[in-house]
Amino acid sequence: MAVPSHPAPSAGPRNRILRWIDYRLPFWEVVQHDFMEYPAPRNLNYWWNFGSLAGIILVIMIATGVVLAMHYQPNADLAFDSVERIMRDVNYGWLLRYIHANGASMFFLIVYIHLFRGLYYGSYKYPRELLWMLGVVILLLMMATAFMGYVLPWGQMSYWAATVITNLFSAIPVVGNDIVTLLWGGFTVGNPTLNRFFSLHYLLPFVIVAVVLLHLLALHQHGSNNPLGIDKRGPQDAITFHPYYTIKDMFGLCVFLLVFAIFVFYLPNQLGHPDNYIPANPMVTPNHIVPEWYFLPYYAILRSVPNKLLGVILMFGAVLILFLLPWLDTSRVRSARYRPIYRLVSWLLPIDAVILGYVGSQPPAGYIVTMGQLATIYYFFHFLILLPILGKIERPLPLPLSIAEAVLGPRRPAAAGEGE
Amino acid sequence: MRKPVLALVAALALLLGSGGQVRAQEEAKQQEAKHPPHQKWSFEGVFGTYDRAALQRGFQVYSGVCAACHAVKHLYFRDLAELGYSEEAVKGMASQVQVTDGPNEQGEMFQRPGRPSDPMPRPFANDQAARAANNGALPPDLSLITKAREGGSDYIYALLTGFKDAPQGFKINPNMYYNEYFSGHQIAMPPPLNADQVKYADGAPSTVPQMANDVVTFLSWAAEPNLEQRHRIGFKVILFLLIATGVFYAGKRKIWSRIEH
Repeated sequence: MAVPSHPAPSAGPRNRILRWIDYRLPFWEVVQHDFMEYPAPRNLNYWWNFGSLAGIILVIMIATGVVLAMHYQPNADLAFDSVERIMRDVNYGWLLRYIHANGASMFFLIVYIHLFRGLYYGSYKYPRELLWMLGVVILLLMMATAFMGYVLPWGQMSYWAATVITNLFSAIPVVGNDIVTLLWGGFTVGNPTLNRFFSLHYLLPFVIVAVVLLHLLALHQHGSNNPLGIDKRGPQDAITFHPYYTIKDMFGLCVFLLVFAIFVFYLPNQLGHPDNYIPANPMVTPNHIVPEWYFLPYYAILRSVPNKLLGVILMFGAVLILFLLPWLDTSRVRSARYRPIYRLVSWLLPIDAVILGYVGSQPPAGYIVTMGQLATIYYFFHFLILLPILGKIERPLPLPLSIAEAVLGPRRPAAAGEGE
Repeated sequence: MRKPVLALVAALALLLGSGGQVRAQEEAKQQEAKHPPHQKWSFEGVFGTYDRAALQRGFQVYSGVCAACHAVKHLYFRDLAELGYSEEAVKGMASQVQVTDGPNEQGEMFQRPGRPSDPMPRPFANDQAARAANNGALPPDLSLITKAREGGSDYIYALLTGFKDAPQGFKINPNMYYNEYFSGHQIAMPPPLNADQVKYADGAPSTVPQMANDVVTFLSWAAEPNLEQRHRIGFKVILFLLIATGVFYAGKRKIWSRIEH
């Protein structure tokens, strides 16, 4: 076997077969370059664990989902019972389903923390705007996937959530009703709806994988942001991803899996709704239609607006506004650490989201309505007014000269100067 | 019975918030229902398992009382082996029912004794027959009932033991019964449990609280038959993860000690 002569790469694989492959398909090279030797800022804290966790839970969701789909029947007459067959008769079917159902919640939990990390440390700012926007695309795809997945067991909440959410599109002027008919595949939520939701629920995760790859590509263009929010100035500011962050990610993964396992094995139905163990019945409306917890804040925004079209616009706007965030935030300082006012303000947003979530879980009556309206107003006020103004009036604290200096202290000035 | 269109309108009304008042009233009505007190169950907690004696007694209550109106469509005779019955006993129980099978080679349906692989018999051929026999009310399937109600097993226990005479001034509709724990306080099910209604094979006293406890244990098993396996595996998984967490934490500290950070 003649290996074509080429300048022998020093970091290439020793194994001849791997070398043969690598010459034709740079698999090893990519792993080396983008995973093992990928230079990461040396000061990433535990908030930076959630990106890789999101990737891992995505793989868990696809793996369990593919097996569940082997046993599931996307037919309005069979769907509910087929889920029960999975729970009772498929070997470890209960485990697969509880992992998949609770995994959706875990995925959102992780992604929301990941998103907040980005907000707090200004990860959306120049030059990472597209990286951020791809993340928002992933969030939107996840929401669509999760919603359609929730419909599949064809329980009462599945059915009525599908009815309520698809009806939102009827608020769109002129074409609204046609869009709803298209979504339903008929004139009411029924078997065709279930069939197309199943098809799309299987498709979209792979679209998410594709966008995740773009997200990583964009990430590796300029590298990770870091808690200081300043750029790397040289090799002394970085460490190789492997082994430093691989081991840190493994530790974080174990902690996360512990939380996940407690839900799967001891509280498997805690995050679900009892009504979804009642088969779908178009004749009976549940007393209280609520979405899954991760949609509650948006649901609260929707219900806070007395006008349906405006409610729908604001609900989708709550996510879409994130696309504009890199330009709405006028401050050039990334990390909240050096923005004394933003540092406080940035915590008001998740508090506001929790209030909205609570409002979304309650029947809309009395003070709940007012609370929801105030929280909705604050949500948009935060992005549209507070952030643009804050960037102009806030006086940021002085930034450290380099990551190495901030981490190691000024006692190694020579090293800090080397990379310049 | 509401028409689907009406239901749809109602759902949309809720969304728009204009239905807030109707909903508030509905909620207020529901609020009246007493919160079911917590019972001690053999199957709760990290190591919880189903009490086999209670399961068998509960099955006796189900088949002697509940089965007259309520199906458990997700259960098969073979599942009863998990209650602690022998294979022979399960075969015996299955063979006592006649099952329609077929068509045979002549193209005709025929009756045969049940087998362990047959589903448990249903009291009514269809929902319409069930309603016709119950003043228009539909007795729900019980295979998932403890998971399909807010409050779970505690709620079912409270409901079974929560029948009372209606308080003064409470207007109760014909063929309805007063129950403290039911939403709206009016339930179409007559009080199902009466003392000494079932003669327990193990000689336990068949008081109403005892029977309620037993049948709820049985129904909790019917809804979640893999709970014991789930608890067992879960404990091992969590133990493994605790150790792995420790190992990776130690590894992280060791590797990071190579650099200043």
